[in-house]
Amino acid sequence: MDQFMPLWEVFIRTRNGLAHRHVGSLHAADAEMALQAARDVYTRRGEGVSIWVVPSAAITASDPAETEMMFEPTGSKIYRHPTFYKIPDEVGHM
Amino acid sequence: MQTTSIVFQGSPLAHYVLARADDALVLGHRLSEWCGHAPILEEDLALTNIALDLIGQARALYTYAAELEGRGHDEDDLAYLREDRQFHNLLLLEQPNGDFAVTCVRLLLFSAFAEPYWRLMRASSDAQLAAIAAKAEKECAYHVRHASQWVIRLGDGTEESHRRTQDALDTLWVYTGELFETSADEQALIAQGIAADPQAILPIWQNTVNAVLTEATLQAPSVSWMQTGGRRGLHSEHLGHMLAEMQYLQRTYPGAEW
Repeated sequence: MDQFMPLWEVFIRTRNGLAHRHVGSLHAADAEMALQAARDVYTRRGEGVSIWVVPSAAITASDPAETEMMFEPTGSKIYRHPTFYKIPDEVGHM
Repeated sequence: MQTTSIVFQGSPLAHYVLARADDALVLGHRLSEWCGHAPILEEDLALTNIALDLIGQARALYTYAAELEGRGHDEDDLAYLREDRQFHNLLLLEQPNGDFAVTCVRLLLFSAFAEPYWRLMRASSDAQLAAIAAKAEKECAYHVRHASQWVIRLGDGTEESHRRTQDALDTLWVYTGELFETSADEQALIAQGIAADPQAILPIWQNTVNAVLTEATLQAPSVSWMQTGGRRGLHSEHLGHMLAEMQYLQRTYPGAEW
């Protein structure tokens, strides 16, 4: 089935102004059909105003075996988190 | 809810609305039969989404038909308590689902008519019908797109999918004449600006269907006669079986709700 119906990743923007978010994947024959399937599978309850579909094969992913090398070094650098600032009340919600 | 069958008795307008409701319900029910059986999960959802669009249209139209009839019936009475001769849907829509190609071709042939039909109906002098049309037009536009894309891929796909899709077209084509028929009562509603004239839809329908068939490498059949009768309650043998299943619950447990 994968030969005729490859896998696609689906991204949906819930509102204008927000970024597209990955919501899942599906099988479809080509981009046009993937877009329709995404509409039918992932926006049945008014979840979105825009859909992207991307062939799963086009995504280059990080290797789970390299998690330590990739992500652990940042764990000790808490000064990168902006938690040492006092936010003035006038700024409101950030 | 009563248990015995009912007969709808209304004005020509009420009957006109009822027939459109029957179209939407019968095709909606046919598509709902695919639930859990579609070739892939994605298509299972797509077909049931379309079925729900149509059943939603049917509900609005039945409710309005019942109001026009004014004899205390509601949408459920009209859907579940009429016998097959009391249904006035197009024969095309009651045809069995067949294989996936039959389902896609049937949806294309009807939706390519329904979309422009409801678009014209937005200008109906009947405010209720104009409101129903505004919603139905958008839904049917998607149905045309979905059916078109599948027919193109099936027709221009493998040898087997091409053969099956051409077979579906050859089988269903004789039911397309009925899309453009009008009764004397309907002519009067057209003259009053209440109903749209199907003859105005014909060239639009031909354009849509021909464009899809060309891309799908399919041939429009050349037939010299067309099936007719659905609008007068004369149905193929398939409708009775469909209604038996659709109405079974309300017939067996009158008034059951969930």
